[in-house]
Amino acid sequence: MKVKVLSRNPDDYVRETKQDLQRVPRNYDPALHPFEAPREYVRALNATKLDRVFAKPFIASLDGHRDGVNCMAKHPQSLSTVLSGACDGEVRLWNLMKRECIRTLQAHEGFVRGMCTRFCGTSFFTVGDDKTVKHWKMEGPAYGEQEEPIHTILGKTVYTGIDHHLREPVFATCGHQVDIWNEQRTSPLCSLTWGVDSISSVKFNPIEMYLLGSCASDRNIVLYDMRQSTALKKVILDMRTNTLCWNPMEAFIFTAANEDYNLYTFDMRFLDKPLMVHMDHVSAVLDVDYSPTGKEFVSASFDKSIRIFPVDKGHSREVYHTKRMQHVITVKWTSDNKYILCGSDEMNIRLWKANASEKLGVLNPREKAAMQYNQKLKEKFQHHPQIKRIARHRHLPKIIYSQAKELRIMREARRRKELNRRKHSKPGSVPLMSEKKKHIVAVLK
Amino acid sequence: MVGGLGEKKKRPQRYWEGEEVRKPEPEQVGPPDSKKPYQDGGHLGKKLEPGRRDQISGKKRPQQYWEGEEVSKPEHKQVDLLDSKKPCQPGVHVGKKSKPGGRDQISGKVDPFPGPAVISDEWVQKFRRGTKPKEKGKVSNKQLRHKLALQEEKAEAAAKQAARMDLLLLEEPGFLEGDEGEDTCTITQADIADAVDLAAGAKRFELRLAQFGPYRLSYTRNGRHLLLGGRRGHVAALDWHTKALLCEINVMETVTDLAWLHTETMFAVAQRKWLYVYDNQGVELSCLKRFHGVQRMEFLPYHFLLATASETGFLQYLDVSVGKEVATICTKGGRLGVMTQNPSNAIVHLGHSNGTVTLWSPNVKEPLVRMLCHRGAVRALAVDGSGSYMATSGLDRKLHIYDLRTYQRLHSLLLPIGAGHLDFSQRGLLGAACQEVVQVYKDISVCPSKKPYLCHALPRAAQGLRFCPFEDVLGVGHEEGFESLLVPGAGEPNFDALESNPFRSRKQRQEWEVKALLEKIPSELISLDPGQLGTVDTISLEQQRQERVARLGYDPEAKGKFSPRRRMKGRDSAGSRLKRKQKVAAEEQRAAIRKSLAEKGQVQEPESPPEAFPASRRSALDRFRK
Repeated sequence: MKVKVLSRNPDDYVRETKQDLQRVPRNYDPALHPFEAPREYVRALNATKLDRVFAKPFIASLDGHRDGVNCMAKHPQSLSTVLSGACDGEVRLWNLMKRECIRTLQAHEGFVRGMCTRFCGTSFFTVGDDKTVKHWKMEGPAYGEQEEPIHTILGKTVYTGIDHHLREPVFATCGHQVDIWNEQRTSPLCSLTWGVDSISSVKFNPIEMYLLGSCASDRNIVLYDMRQSTALKKVILDMRTNTLCWNPMEAFIFTAANEDYNLYTFDMRFLDKPLMVHMDHVSAVLDVDYSPTGKEFVSASFDKSIRIFPVDKGHSREVYHTKRMQHVITVKWTSDNKYILCGSDEMNIRLWKANASEKLGVLNPREKAAMQYNQKLKEKFQHHPQIKRIARHRHLPKIIYSQAKELRIMREARRRKELNRRKHSKPGSVPLMSEKKKHIVAVLK
Repeated sequence: MVGGLGEKKKRPQRYWEGEEVRKPEPEQVGPPDSKKPYQDGGHLGKKLEPGRRDQISGKKRPQQYWEGEEVSKPEHKQVDLLDSKKPCQPGVHVGKKSKPGGRDQISGKVDPFPGPAVISDEWVQKFRRGTKPKEKGKVSNKQLRHKLALQEEKAEAAAKQAARMDLLLLEEPGFLEGDEGEDTCTITQADIADAVDLAAGAKRFELRLAQFGPYRLSYTRNGRHLLLGGRRGHVAALDWHTKALLCEINVMETVTDLAWLHTETMFAVAQRKWLYVYDNQGVELSCLKRFHGVQRMEFLPYHFLLATASETGFLQYLDVSVGKEVATICTKGGRLGVMTQNPSNAIVHLGHSNGTVTLWSPNVKEPLVRMLCHRGAVRALAVDGSGSYMATSGLDRKLHIYDLRTYQRLHSLLLPIGAGHLDFSQRGLLGAACQEVVQVYKDISVCPSKKPYLCHALPRAAQGLRFCPFEDVLGVGHEEGFESLLVPGAGEPNFDALESNPFRSRKQRQEWEVKALLEKIPSELISLDPGQLGTVDTISLEQQRQERVARLGYDPEAKGKFSPRRRMKGRDSAGSRLKRKQKVAAEEQRAAIRKSLAEKGQVQEPESPPEAFPASRRSALDRFRK
């Protein structure tokens, strides 16, 4: 007879001293882990609920401006520094770590229309309503010195926006036309025009750096090539585009913030149809900024809220609002992909988490692993109705909520009317028009 | 007995140990069905023992610097002897050693075990979930295709990793083999207890409790604690490893059944009238008067539900985490004295006096399945751990094995006295109590065996029978007490400490309890197929699509008109584009015709020209044939 009976030595399973960690022998045999799917589902449900419980995105409010914040700029080297310009011509530099203003300067008379930092991070440019472009040092003046710009360029017309090249001492301004400047000169290298109307913003492509995108108030978006000093092509939309932002990872993609409450993501090679129409705002979209990963962007709107959209989705994944935040004029996504800054009419700059329920600070490895596991579970079960309902739920201010409802009803009515019209007319005479194509008027080259 | 079998292994074997000691091949021991996951045919046809390797490879391996003194140590030999029995050893790499493929290291030595250990595909199969999608080209979206491929790759890697973890498992399952011509069922418990080591032998014990019997019993999920209840009111809870008594009370009422709840701190006792919950000190925690006349109880550990079957034919579910009654079902099946649960999907099986077995979930007022199993009444039921086999026994003295995937009978046995109590062990042994005789059957779901694996005679008729989880122990309660029998090969040797840990401390138990409560599965999710939640809901997808089409007035996913793609210069003439267009149109037309023909059932096979002679007998003269 040969026999063996299970006989475990407790020493193999129990810790030796109290200082030891408990022993946790694992066996991944599926037979020992029944109800895999229901248990994972419950875990995903819990993770989704906790996600909403911990969603406290608002971090801080930076106050000090004495008028509405009109523009902001990120520091290219220092994560903790941010610049802001107000409607009374004041420019402030902020330290985000300490959440305090580190420098204040009266840059312009009237609005500060636009500002940008130089790629080296030692100086920045501002344009204002007083028809000047000013070049400032990042560091404040020494004791006894006066606060003065390095250069001041006096222009003939009002400048409405400015952007700096990422490698070379070249910057672009916009107003009546797009001007390309060399830092050393007081007259533009070249001026680009197409049509006669004023241009509200100009942006350098962060990858193909000779490319420029601009949006004009005659409803079009114009692309320029700096090398040939001519415009490349333009697309005319239904309504005016306020700003655009290039995708920092994909050189040919940009997103435009439009007055018709929508954002449009374009592939610059095929302007006749946007890649995606992002709808959720209930008022004009005033500003847009990409996350450094290029997967998401944040938009600021006149409806007193900011929204975060995935690039490939038509609807936002997140909306931020507070009682006190008024029309949001400018928004920035910080370079560490963690925070969002927005400047609004009521003179405050607000700091938000980009991921509402993220835990800040150093995580220990087990925490990190648990987070990742939960994230994966949420992804896996995101389409289950109960989980989807919880994950999607956001509280909205009454105005936005009711306006969104109204817009939905209007859209539905329009759709129904078109459907009926198609039904009762000759086949083919009322063609189907997709939402993407509907808003494009023309593309010109 | 083979020397050294009873001794404990100190630690898992290191990879070099397989080579250190030259020893003649020890006697081949091990269960005949022992798993050999790492034995891949490509590397090693036959299992080699350390001492013979050098002879086979033909050359003597140069001695390593650490070997000189270690070979002489006797205790290392002992370890090696033990370890060489373990089948899942990286030692199977031996065949590779003489290969020139070994990776050179800085020291000039050649890595004797290059690459990761080889795992056989069948072994990995155990850890795979679902089936691989068959048609690869079906997904038209390029991104989605890439995503799915990536997902597949990850799942495969995870399965491999899990299979590789088996290297680290500490224990081997038990086994019992008779000598030549000796039946295992003739081996007595005393023989087994004598043959095994002291700690294991101590698991065979008897409790003589003649006063309050017959006894029913329940083990906790980790197999550490035992609950005994005599019909005449005696209830005792004990840690049966250490034989420490937790509490012993007399409830002064008839006890019909009893069950541990999720931990060893609480248990439920069905008494003459009502259901009571006690803690492990014997203090009454609650009395549930809504549950009266309970005959049998089952605790569903992942749902925190206590299912009770009453003498009036009611099946009731109690959520023990919140103390609420979840469902009450009138089964209309008369007195419910036979009950078991399917541990893989938490479905309750009830046996009835008319020979039917019904399957119940708390969400449905009707039985999910009703099976006619016996000609007489059903006496006992058991479902195995994987949830695919059910054993039933009835008044007609038959023991049937059913496949629960097809609801068909696989085998049946005629027992001299029908089995009154049945239970499946974790490794698929079936215990059956036929009055005073306890029989254990092996592999009964695979092939019907004429003889039982083990047999044991009790002093009096059995009243309860349970296998202890994670131990080779079968507990039997009878009219004069309780017996703990040794059944080698019954229990799962390696537990997962995050699921159920027999050695857990108080803190660990508390933490586990919180975690388990957090992931309590709602009772609404109990269904015949628990994996359904992880599958794609095609029905509602299709419904959503139809609703969308109705709302929009057109199908947004419908294929548009074909427009030929632009080709390279020179191949994009108007003519060639037209040709491509026509080709597609013709193809579509043909498909439509074929479809309509198939609907009419008029598809005719394209006839091959009639052959006068088979090809083998064709000759050159055939051409003149008319």
